[in-house]
Amino acid sequence: MYDFAYHKPASVADAVKILAADPDARPISGGMTLLPALKLRLNKPTSVVDLSGIAELHGVKREGDKLVIGALTRHVEVATSAEVKAAIPTLAAMAGTIGDTQVRNRGTMGGSVANNDPSADYPAALLALGATIQTDKRKLAAEDFFTGMFTTALEVGELVTAIHIPIPTKAGYAKMRNPASRYSMAGVFVAQTAAGVRVAVNGAGNNGVFREKAMEAALTANWSPDAVADVKVDPGLLNGDIHGSAEYRAHLVTVMAKRAVIDAG
Amino acid sequence: MNVVTPFEGIGASLRRKEDYRFLLGRGQYVDDLNRPGQTHAVMLRSPHAHATIDRIDTAAAKAMPGVKAIFVGEDMAAESIGGIPCGWQIHNKDGSPMAEPMHPALALGKVRHVGDPVAVVIAETKAQARDAAEAIVVDYTPLPAVSSTEAAVKPGAPQVHEAAPGNLCYDWHIGDKAAQEAAFARAARVVKIETTNNRLVPNAMEPRAAIGDFDSFSGDYTLYTTSQNPHVIRLLMGAFVLHIPESKLRVVAPDVGGGFGSKIYHYAEEAIVTWAAGKVKRPIKWTCERSESFMSDAHGRDHVSTAELALDDQGKILGLKVHTLANMGAYLSTFAPCVPTYLYATLLSGVYSTPVIYAEVKAVFTNTVPVDAYRGAGRPEATYLLERLMDVAAAEAGLDKVEFRRRNFIRPDQFPYQTPVALQYDSGDYHSTLDACLETAGWAGFEARRAESKARGKLRGIGISTYVEACGIAPSAVVGSLGARAGLYEVGTIRVHPTGSVTVLTGAHSHGQGHETTFAQLIADKLGVPTANVDIVHGDTAKVPFGMGTYGSRSLAVGGSAMDKAMDKIIAKGKRIAAHLMEASVEDVEFERGTFRVAGTDKTKTLTDISLAAYVPHNYPIDEIEPGLEETAFYDPKNFTYPGGCHICELEIDPETGRVEVLNFTAVDDVGRVINPMIVEGQVQGGVAQGIGQALLEAAIYDASGQLVSGSFMDYTMPRAGDLPDVGVATHVTLCTHNPLGVKGCGEVGAIGSPPAVMNAVVDALRDYGVRHVEMPATPQKIWGIVNAHRLAAE
Repeated sequence: MYDFAYHKPASVADAVKILAADPDARPISGGMTLLPALKLRLNKPTSVVDLSGIAELHGVKREGDKLVIGALTRHVEVATSAEVKAAIPTLAAMAGTIGDTQVRNRGTMGGSVANNDPSADYPAALLALGATIQTDKRKLAAEDFFTGMFTTALEVGELVTAIHIPIPTKAGYAKMRNPASRYSMAGVFVAQTAAGVRVAVNGAGNNGVFREKAMEAALTANWSPDAVADVKVDPGLLNGDIHGSAEYRAHLVTVMAKRAVIDAG
Repeated sequence: MNVVTPFEGIGASLRRKEDYRFLLGRGQYVDDLNRPGQTHAVMLRSPHAHATIDRIDTAAAKAMPGVKAIFVGEDMAAESIGGIPCGWQIHNKDGSPMAEPMHPALALGKVRHVGDPVAVVIAETKAQARDAAEAIVVDYTPLPAVSSTEAAVKPGAPQVHEAAPGNLCYDWHIGDKAAQEAAFARAARVVKIETTNNRLVPNAMEPRAAIGDFDSFSGDYTLYTTSQNPHVIRLLMGAFVLHIPESKLRVVAPDVGGGFGSKIYHYAEEAIVTWAAGKVKRPIKWTCERSESFMSDAHGRDHVSTAELALDDQGKILGLKVHTLANMGAYLSTFAPCVPTYLYATLLSGVYSTPVIYAEVKAVFTNTVPVDAYRGAGRPEATYLLERLMDVAAAEAGLDKVEFRRRNFIRPDQFPYQTPVALQYDSGDYHSTLDACLETAGWAGFEARRAESKARGKLRGIGISTYVEACGIAPSAVVGSLGARAGLYEVGTIRVHPTGSVTVLTGAHSHGQGHETTFAQLIADKLGVPTANVDIVHGDTAKVPFGMGTYGSRSLAVGGSAMDKAMDKIIAKGKRIAAHLMEASVEDVEFERGTFRVAGTDKTKTLTDISLAAYVPHNYPIDEIEPGLEETAFYDPKNFTYPGGCHICELEIDPETGRVEVLNFTAVDDVGRVINPMIVEGQVQGGVAQGIGQALLEAAIYDASGQLVSGSFMDYTMPRAGDLPDVGVATHVTLCTHNPLGVKGCGEVGAIGSPPAVMNAVVDALRDYGVRHVEMPATPQKIWGIVNAHRLAAE
């Protein structure tokens, strides 16, 4: 890694101040993506702003019909949180499948959301659940926040502070892992929410996480695994690599959608 | 006092002595070592698969902070530094020697694979060396590259070396072609398969590392390196590359974290840091990064083969014909040429009494990392080819696959058995290992389990592999006649100290095998010294007289036998001392596990009595025997050893996703006498894990331009614990007839026997899908492709 300055602010305001002053500074939460990039010298920030000392960004709480999860909440905390398990058990289960034990002990929901890796788990959950991403400046619907592969609506220096997740009637998730990296190669999150049935797909889209409207229509008409079994996804919208062609991923999206509905019950 | 309780000798599942330090993180690996005044090296590597180097500008880099020196290929050439040598010479069908192009340590004029080292930067810190490496300007002119084995021999393929026209390293054959053709002419049936043995990246947990050190006062060089055979490195690097006499060159291979073959070879980086240490007069450490090891450690396998089996109308094998293309990569690594020849084609008889075999092997150069021995080395390739062919042949001849194998087995009464491809098997009992494995794996009840899986929408398959391999390499005279440029004996020294504890010096090297325990058990068993009082010293040319190292499952069969011979000398000398002390004749002195006894009397002396007398020779036959109790033996084996056995794999396929889950794996192996059953079980399990990895997960993939697509763990699928079942391991022993311990070796059997068992199970699971053969690795995408194609054809 190249040399960089290190800051550890105690408040969001202080963090934002450092980031605003230097467009080449990078925030770090769990560091599960940034650290490997630094080690491989793929990233050369002038300074790294460590958010882990900001108490207000930690923790899970229930506020009425939604969960509010602080951006610095680690995957292991989501996976084991009694609040999350009671409200959205699938979300807790999903968090328990991210990476491995070491990654779950370091990685954070806010970091994953801000990175918007197309193979990451959380973006599909937040998109399907109709979550709202709160930043230090504003609130954005998940659909407006996730704008493409590794891109979000975040402006330079803007920080995710919390994620507000409406509690669904039911929700389910299934993914096929890339055999090598174990990231999602095709993952589907289904949810019955107050705003209707929503289906979001990770790992497969050629422009990141996306909603699968045909499946939403099918499940709205008939909430059952069979309802999505015949909904085909256009491989032209999907990516391919040595582990999975677009055609294979298209097939997997349908299979995972079925399994997600079974998971939701 | 030496008291051995509880029993710690041969057959005891003693806990590994070395694990205490490993589990507490107190191992001393090369990267843990730091020499006073140490500098750090970074290799600048080629991003191109094939290119000319038009210009290297190091001026700006040399001026950067902390930089001590930067060297390129011309700097080494100017001092007449030799190429990296190859340890084995194969001859072509016409008797001419193989093509052996120069392999410069640092590229000279051309790069030939992604990762080929172009320059070395030496700086005060690793970060400074890396910064400077980024500042070196290299002008390349990219050339067309060839990366696949098959493409290398096509007309008009890009030429990797001018000295190897048509990219051909050698065109070799073995067996009787005329007899094979005659056998095929009278066959009732000929069964043919074409298959690829997938290229693998060994990925030892510890990446390679090297420290070069030069003492300007004595003129002595020391190389600390991650090696399976430090004496071989001293010989190759000293004699052929750097021209340093053995007396001035010490090679130390301390704790080494896994090798699997990839740390046998003499690598360019070892020569570079040793040579450069003499130039900069400072120690130089180089530690490989994981992404660097993907493109610089020797890879394994990479064969493309056609095999044909001729059968009579009774299902007896009449003959076998094999044609194989083997990828050598861009340069010849130390053992590379012998892997697809004498470690491969000589195994094509397998466990079967095949009367005639003819095999031809062409080795080719490509713009890829050199390919060399990887756990099993040639024998997994032979076993896979043969055992897949056996299943296909059984199916096409309408025979039960177990009965077909049994019908063609070499019978116990046929040993020693001379195969038509040079080897003579000394012992084995293939029927018994088969029967034991079938029983343990519940072969007979499989169809009921398959039906139960089917009810859950899953495809269940069972696969079998019966195999033999040749290890414990090797008789020096034999391998010398086959092209080896070294002898393959092993050396052991037994040093009994005055108060009876023992230090063993061995030329074998432990990098995960548990030698410190197994070897100590040999001493405990024969000399009666408790293992706590036995220390095993290995991995240092300044301490151990000589040695050929650890590979080819040879440490116990060859290295252990050398210790046994040395112990015989200790006992013989001890008897003479005991005879003197007990006033008996030498012929009347017996020895058993630590006690010398005058036969038929209660007069005894312990080994400690004798060692004390030997070092404090007050009452001692000083006119007849020298003081001291230390003996060295060189053991050169009379033959290879031939472990064999049966592996059965049971698995389930999810037809919706193509995912394969291994449910059960049963191995019943004949590894000869078992010294430590727990260590044998671990060795077999580890080998099976790598075999399942090859069958289902692992593939080194180059694109057509020679870029390594699977260049990290993001794309190269290493087996993880969750991919593996609890592998059931049992042994069924027949003793090796020609070494004193009766041992055969267990390090590679798991990786050799398992891949075809897994793939035969995959094909069996897909038996309703019209599948005849599936190539490794059986990834979810590949399996889904088969299922989907079948579905589309049915529609």
